[in-house]
Amino acid sequence: MRGLRVLRAEWTKFRTVRGWVLGAFGATLASVLFLLVGTASTNQSSNRHTQDAVALPVGPGGEAVNDSFFFLHEALTGDGSITVSVTALTGVLAREPGRTSPGTTPWAKTGILVKQSLDQGSQYAAMMVTGAHGVRMQDNFTHDRAGLPGRPSATSPHWLRLVRAGSTVTGYDSADGAHWTERGSTRLAGLPATVQVGLFTASPAAVQTSGSRGGTSPAVATGTFGQVALGGSWARGSRPDRWRGVQVGGDAGTSGSYAENTSGAYARTRSGFSVTGAGDIAPVVGGPSLGPAYTIENFLVGTFAALIVLTVVAVQFVTAEYRRGLIGTTLAAAPGRGRLLAAKAAVVVTVAFTVGVVAAAISIPLGRQRAHATHFLVFTVPRAVELRAVLGTGLLLAATAACSLALGAVLRRSATAITVVVVTTVLPYLLAVSGVLPASVAQWLLRLTPAAGFAVQQTLPRYAHVLTVYTPSSGYFPLSPWGGYAVLGGWTVLALVAATLLLRRRDV
Amino acid sequence: MRRMSATCLRRAVHAEWTKLRTDTGHAWLLLGLVAVTASVGGAVAATARCPASGCGQDPVRLTLTGVSLGQTIAAIVAVLVVGHEYGTGLIHTTLAAVPRRTTVLAAKAAVVSGTVFAAGTVAVLASVLAGRGLLPGNGFTPAHGYAALSLTDGPTLRAVSGSVIYLVLVALLALGIAAAVRDAAVAMGVVLGLLYLFPLLSHVITDPDLRRHLAQVGPMPAGLAVQTTTDLRHLPIGPWAGLGVLALWAAGTLLIGGTVLRFRDA
Repeated sequence: MRGLRVLRAEWTKFRTVRGWVLGAFGATLASVLFLLVGTASTNQSSNRHTQDAVALPVGPGGEAVNDSFFFLHEALTGDGSITVSVTALTGVLAREPGRTSPGTTPWAKTGILVKQSLDQGSQYAAMMVTGAHGVRMQDNFTHDRAGLPGRPSATSPHWLRLVRAGSTVTGYDSADGAHWTERGSTRLAGLPATVQVGLFTASPAAVQTSGSRGGTSPAVATGTFGQVALGGSWARGSRPDRWRGVQVGGDAGTSGSYAENTSGAYARTRSGFSVTGAGDIAPVVGGPSLGPAYTIENFLVGTFAALIVLTVVAVQFVTAEYRRGLIGTTLAAAPGRGRLLAAKAAVVVTVAFTVGVVAAAISIPLGRQRAHATHFLVFTVPRAVELRAVLGTGLLLAATAACSLALGAVLRRSATAITVVVVTTVLPYLLAVSGVLPASVAQWLLRLTPAAGFAVQQTLPRYAHVLTVYTPSSGYFPLSPWGGYAVLGGWTVLALVAATLLLRRRDV
Repeated sequence: MRRMSATCLRRAVHAEWTKLRTDTGHAWLLLGLVAVTASVGGAVAATARCPASGCGQDPVRLTLTGVSLGQTIAAIVAVLVVGHEYGTGLIHTTLAAVPRRTTVLAAKAAVVSGTVFAAGTVAVLASVLAGRGLLPGNGFTPAHGYAALSLTDGPTLRAVSGSVIYLVLVALLALGIAAAVRDAAVAMGVVLGLLYLFPLLSHVITDPDLRRHLAQVGPMPAGLAVQTTTDLRHLPIGPWAGLGVLALWAAGTLLIGGTVLRFRDA
């Protein structure tokens, strides 16, 4: 009961100081304005790709995907199977313009594929031979299982098999074509009776990790197959030589590109087929291959402006009491000092959380609309991830506001308290993402300082089976979203405890 | 008449110096400026790695990373010199003693510049010493194309002296803002926003031209261009020109602060 009265008194104080209320609204406004400035530019390098498609293909789980590869395919109706041997995976890398050298990227892939349709982002299951990770079974972009290790050769080919039964697809591999190992089985919900099945090849571009942001260069791969064995009911009978070849997606997508004078193709060889392609069948990740595209966290850049304004307000919420001598009256009315701090914290946390959520909820749709108008791609993420970023922004501002309040009570000097908060949250982030510091230093900064909390806004996903530069300068925090937030939370609790102890021990 | 105002300014500077000298808080802040700048510089130098030649790092800039933190303490010093007087009501006494308000601001600017210059010099030199001791052990060796840090090297001397001037200019920028808004907390918020929001914005902007322009006009990115010693061709703005941009910002805020101070009731 007494606690509620203290809370009400603190809320009245906050509500009746015009500057603070203006500050809360100003923080929201500053956040949105900041976004508008940040997204002011139009896409200068807008090529055909970005002009036409202002959204990336979306996979079955709602994530942005690349679904671009060369596919030699045929329609299969009902249950059936496909079996083939892969005798080689070769490729061409174009590290410098006009000069190519033989080689494959680690996740260049060739093999067999069962796909719902030729539309990008439709469901699939595949068995494949990769450049550096052996045989893999992958399905619906985000799932990856290991199979036989090593690379195939003419003398020791890798045998791959996919069996479709209803909506279930099962993958097998074999080193000799006689003894088979099941690598996994996946249910593709709602798979139609007629699916597209065949041989495919894809190769993501080569990623250079040197430099702060890295870069990519074109890479093309060629898979060499033996004879194809089929089971089931096929549209043109079991005659693979009459299958059709197509570049799914029309081009190599955002993460791949064809080297000069190369294109997707297939050919009959003496013993089977060869299929050449570039692109990737994988979720989109950040880093050099994403190119000029906006992410949800880009739209949340205004958080920094809001953070600085809210820090000023939260610090003043306690230091103003000291300056005006009001603290004497406050403590006379409510002698419980811990309760007083808790009440003040409850007020600033509520205000900051509201500002964060409202600003984020406005910024994301607004940013998406701005990106659409200026012909930029937007990195699509599942709704749940977007919701986490919105709530996370509110929680992030709430924690920094509580931290500011606590430091204001500890230091009692507003300028110093504000600086400590901003310098420990914004500056480490800025130094880490700007690429000035080496990646290892940047990652430690984002593990130890309160800036780790910004991880809660990261929507870029990380996949073991997609290669990119997973560093802070390309948008990747070293900790998980909630792990990073826990670091910020830990600092906040520490500051609040210190403030409570000092407030109890000190004279007014 | 001119003689009078010169005497007046000298006395005002002396008064400001006494106020600053006798407030122990300022001594701690200046000590903090040295400690924070040097320790961050040392920590970065200790953790940076150059595994092979052509690792693309700028050892001088890495060593001087602490300046981006130390600048905030320089700003606090400047903000408190004004904000604290308004907070305590001392400003009335100050203005009664020295009625010419521009003289008060000029005196404050002189004292702040002097102390920040002194502390900044110690801080930057300590950083360079730390870098000189630590970097060769981490692969920044002549074999990888990096000579030991030395003030006799032209670009290094430019980065070092430029960093000290940078700290002084940031303090003056903060002083102007504090004089304009009077409240220490709000002034600090504005200063931090001005410093950090430009580089944050240019991280989001995808248009390379706009990003370049932001780096040319933002007080922090433009001013810190002076720390660069390698790949000068790729800088959005030249080292001294960048520092000039920061000087314009400082002059601008001092002008606003001076004008507001002159025409506003205390």
